[in-house]
Amino acid sequence: MNRSKFIKTTGAATGFLAAGGLGVLSAFKPKQFSKHLTILHTNDVHSHIDPFPANDSRYANLGGVSRRYTFIQQVRSENPNTLVLDAGDAFQGTPYFNFYGGELEYKLMSKLGYHASTIGNHEFDNGIANIAAQLQHAEFDLLSSNYNFSNTVLDGLVKSHQIYEVNGLNVGVFGLGIQLEGLVSKELYKETEYLNPVEIAQEQTRILKQNLNCDLVICLSHLGYSYRSDKIDDLKLAALTRDIDLIIGGHTHTFLEKPSLVENLDGRKVLVNQVGWGGINVGRIDFYFDEAGENENESLVIEV
Amino acid sequence: MKTLSLFFLLSVLWSCADAPQKLTHIESKQILISDTIAENKELETFITPYRRRIKEEMEGVLSYTPNAMYKAEAKFNTPIGNMMADAVFEMANPLFKERTGHSIDLVILNYGGIRGGINAGDITTRTAYNIMPFENEVVVAELTSDELQALVDYLVQNKAAHPISGIQVILDAQGNLSEFKVNGAQNQRKSYYVATSDYLAKGGDRMDFFLSARNVQGLDYKLRNLFIDYFKKKDTIAPVRDQRFIQLQN
Repeated sequence: MNRSKFIKTTGAATGFLAAGGLGVLSAFKPKQFSKHLTILHTNDVHSHIDPFPANDSRYANLGGVSRRYTFIQQVRSENPNTLVLDAGDAFQGTPYFNFYGGELEYKLMSKLGYHASTIGNHEFDNGIANIAAQLQHAEFDLLSSNYNFSNTVLDGLVKSHQIYEVNGLNVGVFGLGIQLEGLVSKELYKETEYLNPVEIAQEQTRILKQNLNCDLVICLSHLGYSYRSDKIDDLKLAALTRDIDLIIGGHTHTFLEKPSLVENLDGRKVLVNQVGWGGINVGRIDFYFDEAGENENESLVIEV
Repeated sequence: MKTLSLFFLLSVLWSCADAPQKLTHIESKQILISDTIAENKELETFITPYRRRIKEEMEGVLSYTPNAMYKAEAKFNTPIGNMMADAVFEMANPLFKERTGHSIDLVILNYGGIRGGINAGDITTRTAYNIMPFENEVVVAELTSDELQALVDYLVQNKAAHPISGIQVILDAQGNLSEFKVNGAQNQRKSYYVATSDYLAKGGDRMDFFLSARNVQGLDYKLRNLFIDYFKKKDTIAPVRDQRFIQLQN
């Protein structure tokens, strides 16, 4: 089946189609790709372990970690090649955090099969030593590349990136955190040094894409979706870098109807997504791969 | 991860899976986690002891509100923000007076610090945790009139509904400062006592005007406990939007 019959390419490296026109395609799509990777993601869950209460003025009966588990299991049974990722601020927001300091959040993320998360500003709320203490409950990777922890208790406990091998695909994931000064008290983050996220992202993508040949590069960002000021955000980060395929964002609690598509330095499209907060939504992104060389003229089709 | 690497191993063993791969197609969707998705029994059993302990402490009814309120419902000032700032004024002032002989002139909290809405119906200990999950305490900073002017400039520039009490800020139609009053008076004084949280007093949320304050006094009173005490004191909580921070029309 040659998809170019259906999809008019623009001649650029990436084609982009809105969702509506492709209904016909989805019926037979899973069979014709050689590999299929599913990414599930959350951000800013903020200790919302239970669903929002029935009398909640905005999110009545939504969310809940136990339902999220059911959903993740369903997706996994359909496609075992699934990565589960989070973009930070798992901590703080309900008494579960005040009583247990993040222990239950990390234990549950482990049970749900999360592969990686990054460090949001609220992870520091009970101090940097508490992050180190709670990591004993985490069976997932805490990734952060632009916080220099070398003079802190987190030294050696947080990786800048991790490569996940999924059905022969190498998926490189790195984390980025927000500037802490003015947002978090220094006595909480102590000697954590904040490094320029754009420069660090360029370095991380060079390592993951050029040196380590990753098939896909994902950034877990707690920078925030978009600011009118010149403060760095996910949209700016996407435009100022190369080789990132997907930015899973957080911090601004942004509800998006669909992922944003941003052109990067090479003119390629980067997906930028964020799914609100509180565990109300889970984002799902499916990546389909073909063996290279089969059809050189084939372009990337993005249905969002 | 274990499942994935096993899968990886299997695929390497019997397929030609290592041919170079090219990303050709991306799809996305967002899944609403609602009651149409069943709960996982095993996970519920795991959570239950944690939940039970919290529930015992959280469910005590403290007060009642006829109206739901949340921080984004209006510009410049909101019922929830006004209630929080007024509560700090009312509960912290007697304490501060007793310790120092001075009175609090005004209160400022931050919009971002209102961490949840309040639903209509019973107000419980959980409500206080929702709006104020942090462990921050009330402090009173003594600001000079210049520092107070910087506080007002911050409000004028931000134009966000930061909770304030004891001060009125009026913007002209262009969004510039028209006038401000502390305790209803425009005249400048040598110093002002401003109640806030220890987080903001250390310059949190870019409230840099607190950083130069000569004198910052802690009251050993957590904001969340203050709200709990305030709720206990009132049969009904029914704050309204008012004139404390407004923009004039042409």
